Amino acid sequence: MKHGPAAGLLRGGAGPLWIGAALVCAALVDLRLVPVVAVWAGAWWVNTWLAAQRRTRVTTLAVPLLFGLTLLVLWEMVVRLFGVPAVILPPPSAIGARIGAEVPTLWEDFVQTFLRGALTGYVLGCGAALLTAVAIDRSPFLQRGLLPVGNFIAALPIVGTAPILVMWFGFDWESKAAVVVVMVFFPMLVNTVAGLAATDAMQRDLMKTYAAGYWPTLLKLRLPAAMPFVFNGLKICTTLALIGAIVAEFFGSPTRGMGFRISTEVGRLSLDMVWAEITVAALAGSAFYGAVALAERRVTFWHPSQR
Amino acid sequence: MSAPIAAPGAGAGRSGRVGLWLRGRGAAAGPVLAVVLAIFALWYVGTVALNAQWTLDQAARADREVGFAELVADTMAQDRPMLPAPHQVAVELYDTVIAQEITSRRSLVYHAWVTLSATLAGFGFGTVLGILLAVGIVHNRAMDMSVMPWAIASQTIPILAIAPMIIVVLNSIGIQGIVPKAIISAYLSFFPVVVGMVSGLRSPGAMQMDLLRTYSASRGQVFWKLRLPASIPYLFASLKVGIAASLVGAIVGELPTGAVQGLGARLLSGSYYGQTVQIWSALLMAAVCAALLVGAIGAVQRAVLRRMGMDR
Repeated sequence: MKHGPAAGLLRGGAGPLWIGAALVCAALVDLRLVPVVAVWAGAWWVNTWLAAQRRTRVTTLAVPLLFGLTLLVLWEMVVRLFGVPAVILPPPSAIGARIGAEVPTLWEDFVQTFLRGALTGYVLGCGAALLTAVAIDRSPFLQRGLLPVGNFIAALPIVGTAPILVMWFGFDWESKAAVVVVMVFFPMLVNTVAGLAATDAMQRDLMKTYAAGYWPTLLKLRLPAAMPFVFNGLKICTTLALIGAIVAEFFGSPTRGMGFRISTEVGRLSLDMVWAEITVAALAGSAFYGAVALAERRVTFWHPSQR
Repeated sequence: MSAPIAAPGAGAGRSGRVGLWLRGRGAAAGPVLAVVLAIFALWYVGTVALNAQWTLDQAARADREVGFAELVADTMAQDRPMLPAPHQVAVELYDTVIAQEITSRRSLVYHAWVTLSATLAGFGFGTVLGILLAVGIVHNRAMDMSVMPWAIASQTIPILAIAPMIIVVLNSIGIQGIVPKAIISAYLSFFPVVVGMVSGLRSPGAMQMDLLRTYSASRGQVFWKLRLPASIPYLFASLKVGIAASLVGAIVGELPTGAVQGLGARLLSGSYYGQTVQIWSALLMAAVCAALLVGAIGAVQRAVLRRMGMDR
């Protein structure tokens, strides 16, 4: 998919023509569409030009950022020009204003859902799965039995256990943490067991020539070698943890928490607050994933995918 | 900056799980059976442990002693147990699956079908859109650089949180029934398919691409004869992730409006009225649906790959 400079120029030259045609079409349909199409086409043209440049750090960041910004601007324009009611789609500016005005509430919900529910459950669930994996690693029989079952369970809609766990552990964050534990356990277990099997015979033989027993082999060879798999599991589980904590709150929660806020504010049709919560959830999810990915780079610096 | 999010196997990491599952299927049935039996044994122990309190309370209120045998028997026969015994769930499943007309509102098959139809409609739509976007991304550099980072980032955020809003907003403009749930299912299956399909369409190596260039193959020919066939294993891996996500989306989509049909509605009404047996049977039904859907895709995958000569 390489374009020479000539192709890039040609494309740049043909760009304005297409934009003109699109504008005429827009004007024929509805005059209000003209600025919308103009912004879209203009931004797309800039992006096409940027993408045709040599790939540098600046362009790889600027292109998606410009795309995202364009979408936000278009969203704002469409809502304002066409008078979309705020109970259907609030403009980004209103959402931004709401985020600014509701920082204490958002923070309270974040603490309740993310720090208490999701993070506690994540640590407990992943920790338990790691220990279980090490434990069943000594028994090939258990491995052969647990792996297919674990893989099967990992594909099930486990969020459905939320009403049961809410019944068992009460409305507060403990039940959310329990849902998260159940959700993250099996993906993590399966990944860790696969990781512990990832050493090759040469490496194990080397440890044997050092007369290394089970524990030194586990700590110095197999656990480090399992880390890429472990981190793959940890990364999958970041998203699962947030989803579990939020959805479990739909089944009952104290009067705080992201899931609680989303479901009640949706009921009151104050959608800007819902979008504010979703923004926080998205930021929290990305930051959580990013943090785990960063730790992965530190720990598995030796792995080919990190170089 | 090589974004760690785009590390190989990061976004579509769940496909590894699927691969393991497939490999695990070949393993002997004995260990699996042992583990399943152990799970049932644990379940019964849990039933006794969790429900004993209620039995003891009842007995204390009636001012009488209960022996151990009586205690165990009672814990497995309560109306609203903390944890229903497996056979209670089995009886409930029999009552709601076999003993009812499948068009009846009391039939679990009917509820499962309500959820499944939304799942399948959304999944089909999301998959087609995902494949189209992936084709665009592979062939247009600007699109690749603009959209791909967002598609990958979207896998790290809990998009399921948008579900209640979609349901209520569409409800308020008069769209009800299957469509809102299908939309949720569609966007949940959309992103895994995009990410998996892009890596699939990019999987042909430089040698293969060069070979087609020596044939002076056009872009269309490269696409139909090399890229698309090479992407099929990746597509199926992400389809399995996508359909599981679609099912969860359809179930969660039934929660916020207090829907009366569907597996999510059964879960919700069960949790309102403390009908734990109903919750567990709905949960098992959802599990069966998930297993059937993933199994069906697995069967299609094996058939297609064998036909293409790509099976292992």
